[in-house]
Amino acid sequence: MAEVARGASMAAALGRREEGGMLGVSRASRYTAHAILIVGILIVAFPIYYTFVASTHSLQTILRPPLPLVPGGRFWENYTTALFGGIGRIGGVDVGTLLFNTTVVALAIAVGKIVISILSAFAIVFFRFPFRMFFFWMIFVTLMLPVEVRILPTYKVMVDLGLIDTYTGLTLPLMASATATLLFRQFFLTIPGELVEAARVDGAGPWRFFKDILLPLSKTNIAALFVILFIYGWTQYLWPLLVTNRNDMNTIVIALRKMISFADADTQWHLVMVTCVLAILPPILVVVLMQRWFVKGLVETEK
Amino acid sequence: MSPRVVFPNKLLPYLLLAPQVAITLVFFYWPASQALYQSVLREDPFGLNSAFVGLANFRRVLSQPSYIDSVQTTAIFSVATALLAMVVALLLAVMVDKIIKGRGFYRTLMIWPYAVAPAIAGMLWLFMFNPTMGTFAYMLRSAGYSWDPLLNGPQAMTLVIAAAAWKQISYNFLFFVAGLQAIPKTLIEAAAIDGAGETKRFWTIIFPLLAPTTFFLLVINTTYAFFDTFGIIHAVTGGGPGKATETLVYKVYNDGFVNLNFGDSAAQSVILMVIVIALTAFQFRYVERKVHYG
Repeated sequence: MAEVARGASMAAALGRREEGGMLGVSRASRYTAHAILIVGILIVAFPIYYTFVASTHSLQTILRPPLPLVPGGRFWENYTTALFGGIGRIGGVDVGTLLFNTTVVALAIAVGKIVISILSAFAIVFFRFPFRMFFFWMIFVTLMLPVEVRILPTYKVMVDLGLIDTYTGLTLPLMASATATLLFRQFFLTIPGELVEAARVDGAGPWRFFKDILLPLSKTNIAALFVILFIYGWTQYLWPLLVTNRNDMNTIVIALRKMISFADADTQWHLVMVTCVLAILPPILVVVLMQRWFVKGLVETEK
Repeated sequence: MSPRVVFPNKLLPYLLLAPQVAITLVFFYWPASQALYQSVLREDPFGLNSAFVGLANFRRVLSQPSYIDSVQTTAIFSVATALLAMVVALLLAVMVDKIIKGRGFYRTLMIWPYAVAPAIAGMLWLFMFNPTMGTFAYMLRSAGYSWDPLLNGPQAMTLVIAAAAWKQISYNFLFFVAGLQAIPKTLIEAAAIDGAGETKRFWTIIFPLLAPTTFFLLVINTTYAFFDTFGIIHAVTGGGPGKATETLVYKVYNDGFVNLNFGDSAAQSVILMVIVIALTAFQFRYVERKVHYG
């Protein structure tokens, strides 16, 4: 009898187990949690939603605050004008061109970085050669030299090499970084030596081993890294700002900055908003659709 | 490192390393060494003459009131951004840990800002809060509050901090959720059986066990606020009004690229390099420690 009573009071203390909730979390506090989360979502998602709303209104509506909370009726007009019509303030370049540039840059950086890093990690882990650790440290130290701390001299190098306003200039210097190499190295170190031995006994050379064993094993890592690096490439700011002068070589983020002016009354805000939405949408789609790999990659690799 | 089975090739590893090493040398080491070299030179703006001046550039930079102001601005900006982004993310992560249904839904919406470029994050907030046509600026004015981040320094600072923190919430949220999931449920259940309420359990069990995650995020967020927020400052305030939002990175850019003061800019670059090296060393020491803690 006493045991039953103890059991009952325990069940009360723990909340209702049969509901499958965490122990000790009452229903009321779960509702509070939902309420706080909804407020949180509103804060997190609202700026993006509101920009979308603005992109569907006319310039006159936008200039007369407060802006309505629901989308207006100018969706097609605004989007077709921005995408194909060309925007005056950025030299008549249309947003389609900007999107193309940014996609090229983001893809080139993501793919280039993965290829370069996987090759150098392969060399460092599966071979022994003079100066191996020297090269490892040489790559590692680049972690401490972000573009932000060497703006001017890097710009000079770009001018000397004639890389201003080129896709090479926009992407190549960003392809070398220690993080991806360190990540692949860490992963390769967990691959048992027996696997290499077995491959060698079977007569597989390094290339065969790389292609048939290492690459398939690294698939998840590559997918995760791709998402993170695609976002990294898409959201670059300082670098494209430095190495592009021509309007038709801008990335969409830089072009947006050029389109906005508060001193000037003729900023075409409705087109700015469309460009904003189009600049945000592709990376959001990548993150949301590849969420599983992205979250795993981010949290496990710690950037 | 344990002795590994390796391939015997002699030349191949160098070829595999070549692309990364080449890019690293041309675009990292060469410019960084140039920054070091320039930082001890005094050059006229046209680059015609230069003379070795030793540490004079550093001495001048460090004694400039505008540099000290910028250090202060950066400190306020970084601390506020890191704290705000982490507190909000922790609150939301703890809430998500309590609920049963809808976790995936909340997470999906919560990660959006991660995909937004810092500069665009700044523009979104500027759009809502600019005095010309921002809806929230309009509401603030209607409520009798004089709001103009384009002219008022502290208000401009508030705006860039809000935008910078907003963008970082996703990242912190994902890490806090992972950290919370790693806490053994048995510990929390034991405390619940002993009669500890939810608040008490949070402060005595969950928060201390989250310390490694919190500490890691503190380093990451500080680095982010220092270096990755250039886009926000450049796009939203341009360092102004006055110099109210001129962070160290923005100042390097402005002094070197806009004002063409190479010696000062290079000296500032070198100081920033020292800061990055300190932050990175700190981070790696910590990550190593975390391995032992499991």
